[in-house]
Amino acid sequence: MQDTVQVGRDAREDLVVELTSSSGSTTEIQLHSTVATFFGARIQQVVRQTLEQLGLEGVQVVVRDQGALDWVIQARVEAAAHLLRPQQTAQRAVLPPMLEGADRPVARDRMRRSRLYLPGDQPDLMINAALFEPDAVILDLEDAVAPPQKFAARYLVRNALRAVDFGPAERMVRINQLPRGLADLPDLVSQPLHTILLPKAERGGDVAAVAQRIRELVTNSPREIFIMPILESALGIENALAIASAEPEVVALAFGAEDFTRDIGAVRTDEGRESFVARSRLVLAARAAGVQPIDTVYSDVGNEAGLLAATREAIALGFDGKGCIHPRQIRTIHQAFRPSERDVAYALKVQRAMAQAEVRGDGVIAIGSKMIDPPVVARAQRVLKLAEFYHMDLSPEVGR
Amino acid sequence: MSAKLVNNAVGRPVPVEVNGREQHPFAGVGQFRPTGHKAGPPIPTNADHSNDKRVAGGLKQALIQCGVRDGMTLGIHHHFRNGDLLVLPLFDTLAEMEIKDLVFAPSALFPCHEPLIRHLESGVIHHIEGSMNGPIGRFCSQGRMKGTGILRSHGGRFQAIQDGELHIDIGIIPAPCADPTGNANGVQGPSACGPLGFGLADSLYADHVILVTDHVVPFPCIPWEIQGQNVDHVVEVERVGDPDKIVSGTTQVTRSPTRLLIAEYVAQFIEEAGYLGAPFQAGAGGIALAFIQFLAARMRARGVKAPFARGGSTEHLVRMLDEGLIGAILDGQSFDLAGVASLRDNPRHVATSPLTSYNYHSKGNFASQVGVAVVGATEVDLQFRANVVTHSDGLLLHGIGGWQNTLFADCSILAFPLFRSRIPIVVKEVMTVCAPSEMIDVVVTERGIAINPRREDLLDRVKGSSLPIVTIEELYHRARRICGEPEAPVRQMDRPVAVIKWVDSTVIDTVFQVGD
Repeated sequence: MQDTVQVGRDAREDLVVELTSSSGSTTEIQLHSTVATFFGARIQQVVRQTLEQLGLEGVQVVVRDQGALDWVIQARVEAAAHLLRPQQTAQRAVLPPMLEGADRPVARDRMRRSRLYLPGDQPDLMINAALFEPDAVILDLEDAVAPPQKFAARYLVRNALRAVDFGPAERMVRINQLPRGLADLPDLVSQPLHTILLPKAERGGDVAAVAQRIRELVTNSPREIFIMPILESALGIENALAIASAEPEVVALAFGAEDFTRDIGAVRTDEGRESFVARSRLVLAARAAGVQPIDTVYSDVGNEAGLLAATREAIALGFDGKGCIHPRQIRTIHQAFRPSERDVAYALKVQRAMAQAEVRGDGVIAIGSKMIDPPVVARAQRVLKLAEFYHMDLSPEVGR
Repeated sequence: MSAKLVNNAVGRPVPVEVNGREQHPFAGVGQFRPTGHKAGPPIPTNADHSNDKRVAGGLKQALIQCGVRDGMTLGIHHHFRNGDLLVLPLFDTLAEMEIKDLVFAPSALFPCHEPLIRHLESGVIHHIEGSMNGPIGRFCSQGRMKGTGILRSHGGRFQAIQDGELHIDIGIIPAPCADPTGNANGVQGPSACGPLGFGLADSLYADHVILVTDHVVPFPCIPWEIQGQNVDHVVEVERVGDPDKIVSGTTQVTRSPTRLLIAEYVAQFIEEAGYLGAPFQAGAGGIALAFIQFLAARMRARGVKAPFARGGSTEHLVRMLDEGLIGAILDGQSFDLAGVASLRDNPRHVATSPLTSYNYHSKGNFASQVGVAVVGATEVDLQFRANVVTHSDGLLLHGIGGWQNTLFADCSILAFPLFRSRIPIVVKEVMTVCAPSEMIDVVVTERGIAINPRREDLLDRVKGSSLPIVTIEELYHRARRICGEPEAPVRQMDRPVAVIKWVDSTVIDTVFQVGD
């Protein structure tokens, strides 16, 4: 057992909590805060209540705060308490009130064009994420969090799921690589969470282990937690179909280019020839298993034209989405997925031809003298669904 | 200091006397009627002045020749911003000369001026009339300044000097380029900093004028924004200022995605409210600078041009001028070196005096010919009154700058994040009223845009827009839901430490001592 533990970050909208065991039974709080004038009493109260609910007394607390919200303070204090007295506090948790609507379900085949990565130890980025309207947010416990911060990040992510307004975005958490990732699950699965991202998935068994663990932990909830394995190694790609079809909870397969290129001994390039085959195989496996193929992130944040081109290329390969590491990438990705006016006009023509075929009752769909095959009809329907999503003009004149 | 206070037209208690001088309480926009005649400097004669005004003994000798003594008022401009190299040696010299109780009236102060505190503590400086920010603002807010501070806008400083309310005994004008007679400009020489407009009033109205330069050229120094006929002494120094430090935190375009989103909302609002192609003004501050690039993209897409833009000039404004998106830059100060170069080289980029751009006691100024002005604020309240000088903890944090003056644009937009590190910006009642309700038209935040109900025309124009238009009350509640309810800071309401002037010399609010 340590005598002193420290948790948190010296950063805006965050805080550092230092807990020290003392001999007495009283709790002493020393508070330094940039917002002490406004929230000094409130911060004291939140720290004290959190420690009380965890059953901790006889500690000295030093707080250095830079405007952290209540749920952040609670998460930092709780993480510090678990580190200081693991046995004593193991069975206890201090959960912030759950925001209304946070536990609203999402459909398994929903739009996943954009998913915004949010480092699991940076509350300031979480608070504003919904403003940029991503299809999904990913609270990241894996690569975005340095190893010494990982333990505390789990509590921050748990509290964020309850207290932060992510709007209509799908709420995803990227857990750590297995086996460590299994230990992330107990604190998360009872929270308003839609999807677990499993990094470096290499075998169907990896997915099964996560699905199995979730089922053990969640015994009485009707809500399903989806799984999105990330393939970022040669072995993962070789086993793509087995991974995609391992469990019914899998809704998508994502590609991770950075680790993949390193794994095969290549260098990542703008053209991406080194990962072309792998990405195509991922698309094939995902489609074969009936789940969504999702492409890797585009890492040159300042290059909007490059992102647009890369997203269009991903769409051309058959991907349904792309990762974002910066909020300003979201709009560009959504723009790339928007069907062209020409595609929409053609889709409307196909739809009209279908309607005419139905009226005639002969089942032969044709535009002029050209016969339309069923896959073209299916594609037209996909385009129209997407166009509707983008509020595009679908009035009959458009197709004429 | 206990003072007699009266309630003014915005319901704020203001002292009737400040530093021994009678004050007019704010009476409403356009309600105060000035009387009398403008002030003027003493009449000089050529008999006393040679064509070579260089002083051998440096600044100290020049001060002695000006007859510097206790209680005098010294003025200086702030065009070097955080790269000023003159103010600290000036007061070190005055301290060494054992001069005390001076009134210091700079057009603005910056973080580099923090060491002035020792001269405030020792009594060399009695009080500051200008801007007080950072540690100096804290010093004043804690009631440690001998006299009462007076904060004025850029236009208000000119009005006060011209009206004789702020009499400058010695005006000190740092200039990047000058001739021995005292003609000077800010665009040539190794320390070129842009316009010198904020020093014009000092040159015209001070009893004594000392021009300080590090680059003397033979007569005539052209262009001559400052004219030798107004100058008593020319002092040569090794370096007059560091132009690389003109660019400060408030003059850099933001990279924060949230602030960029706000800037995009501002540009979209300008277009949808019908102001695309109208003259516009950008203030300092990340968002106010960032909206320019989004505005430029919209103007380009629609093929629209604006007749002029009002600087603070930056590389972004200069690019719009070069591209033909704006017809001219009417510049008050340069915020970066691209602005300095453009002012020197482009005849459509013009230095303006705050006398023509901002002075409210004049026969019109061009601030009211601007279509849309985008500025920041530290707080705005449910009545659309805004604060730019104190934080909500009561500490003086910023000067007013041109902020009050720019609000005379047809559409004034305040743009800021709804909260900063847990502190809500939309509040029930601002700590310090720097502008009354009728001066603020729109508040743009990342979580919604509120339009002053007085501007029904604007509300109509953006009806049906995709912009997140909400009420100011809704913004207030959104901030509260995230941040919680802040406690009210403690202020000593019988101890004024500074007053805020409206553009017409009246006192719009008081800054009180903070703490117990």
